[in-house]
Amino acid sequence: MKTVEEIKSAIEAAILGAAVEIAPNPNPALPHSLRIAPECALAVAKFLRDDAELKLDYLSNVTGVDWPDSLEAVYHLYSVEKKHGPVILRMHTVNRTDQVELPSLTPIWRSAEFQEREIFDLYGIVFTGHPDLRRLLMWEGFKDHPMRRDYVEPDDFEYEPTAHDEVLKRAQARQTAFVSQPESEAGV
Amino acid sequence: MSITEEVLNQKLEGWNRPAPIAPQVEGELLEVAMGPHHPSTHGVFRMDVALDGERVMRLRPVFGYLHRNHEKLAEGQSYLASMPYTDRLDYICPMTNNWAYALAVEKLTGQEVPERAEYLRVILGELTRFQNHASSIGFLIQEMGASGTPLMYAFREREKILDLFEELTGARMMVNYMRFGGCRVDASPGWLDRTRKVVAGLAGFVDEFDQLLSSNEILMARTQGVGVLRPELAVNAGVTGPMLRASGVNYDIRKVDSYGIYNRFNFRVPLGDHGDVYDRYMIRMLEMRESIVILQQALKEIQPGPVMSPTARIRGMRPKPGEAYGRIEAPKGELGFYLISDGSPNPYRYRVRPPSLINLTVLEDMCLGVNVADVVLIFGSVDIVLGEVDR
Repeated sequence: MKTVEEIKSAIEAAILGAAVEIAPNPNPALPHSLRIAPECALAVAKFLRDDAELKLDYLSNVTGVDWPDSLEAVYHLYSVEKKHGPVILRMHTVNRTDQVELPSLTPIWRSAEFQEREIFDLYGIVFTGHPDLRRLLMWEGFKDHPMRRDYVEPDDFEYEPTAHDEVLKRAQARQTAFVSQPESEAGV
Repeated sequence: MSITEEVLNQKLEGWNRPAPIAPQVEGELLEVAMGPHHPSTHGVFRMDVALDGERVMRLRPVFGYLHRNHEKLAEGQSYLASMPYTDRLDYICPMTNNWAYALAVEKLTGQEVPERAEYLRVILGELTRFQNHASSIGFLIQEMGASGTPLMYAFREREKILDLFEELTGARMMVNYMRFGGCRVDASPGWLDRTRKVVAGLAGFVDEFDQLLSSNEILMARTQGVGVLRPELAVNAGVTGPMLRASGVNYDIRKVDSYGIYNRFNFRVPLGDHGDVYDRYMIRMLEMRESIVILQQALKEIQPGPVMSPTARIRGMRPKPGEAYGRIEAPKGELGFYLISDGSPNPYRYRVRPPSLINLTVLEDMCLGVNVADVVLIFGSVDIVLGEVDR
């Protein structure tokens, strides 16, 4: 199979203005990955899937990662036809708060469908162009994104058999708030 | 938006989606929630189905009833502490889960595995594959209406294999057996002898099972031509394992990656023709036979030696910063673990690539237009475990 450098130059030759850079793996013995700009992601993905030499027709794994200043989606690609791989693609969001959109690669590889939904659910990356972007594992109406590193778990007093002391006070305070504002608190 | 409105509006049209079917009867569609308590869902899986009479017009899987955020738990503890948790992913096949996780960590740290440990891994992995396929077929036939007999035959063999696991590891299912750089304990010569004895009996069981089921008229009538999955769609949707090979795509990670020592064994990869439920059943039957072939070779070649690498450091392990993706051919498909290390004792990112979840991507495509009774069969032929789907 081509090396990461060769794949990078092949992408740049095929797609005008494609912004691709090599993201080195901190451990040099392990494969490096390609960081692509979200604007050209769909074109790059289509090229990688359809190129006669690469034929990366199988998207194995999509991972969300929470970095201190951005969110990241990592795609592991293999080729079923040529039996090679992996080629690793990564995309970054601008920040972790309001600019969290990335283009969905589900139109290219259908196997991203549930995995991108899972990342949307647990990390809060909004995949534009995804046909059915709903929460996958948490329930509808859940507010936060549990896999983020700054996620704070709610007080679990519901499952404490006999609430007392601190927990009882919190529970009572919460119950008062719940009665006065049933809509906003429900499901949290 | 309700699922009926979705059918009527066809909002999900386009790109690779199954083509909509025009309703034949006048009036409203019937919405049925199959699950999470439906007996055929192997746990707590739910399918929201929109029916036109008996025909399925839309099917929407609903997940999360068994979600416990396995990945978050693993990121809060050391690498070793996650090993017993991997048993709980696909609890029918704990050995292969252990193996995939150990493989990913070994890639990350560059650890070597001694030869005897590799042989033990292959033996245990193939025993796991055998009992998974046997019980999966048993459940499929059970869902077809043949209550009891085939499932009990399958479970009889599964018990023999679980007894071996119990003797070796102390637990029937939650084995927690493999370690980074080897296996936890060595197998005694007596255990290997008993395994040889069990393996010698397995071929007879497959013959018996084959004779009982494969040419059964009811089974053929119910499964042939039902739930057809085209190979192009299977590859594009990331379907792996026996389901992919039943569609005729030759992709077996044991051959492609030849992880561990799989390149030392002679075995064939059975392929299907039609990609229907019957082919998926047949592929599992044939893979059981190939597992026996691998087991016989491994049990013959295994030599005494250490089962843990002398340089392996398990406790207080701090891998160098880096990231690794390790994958194996688990009985249900490609099971992968993606790890990012930042040099601390806990993984910065720990991701499980669950074959059960991703194989369900095409469930709707296979079910559109079939009768609702066949949904149960098609779903059963996917072979999922909810512990892995919901994680």
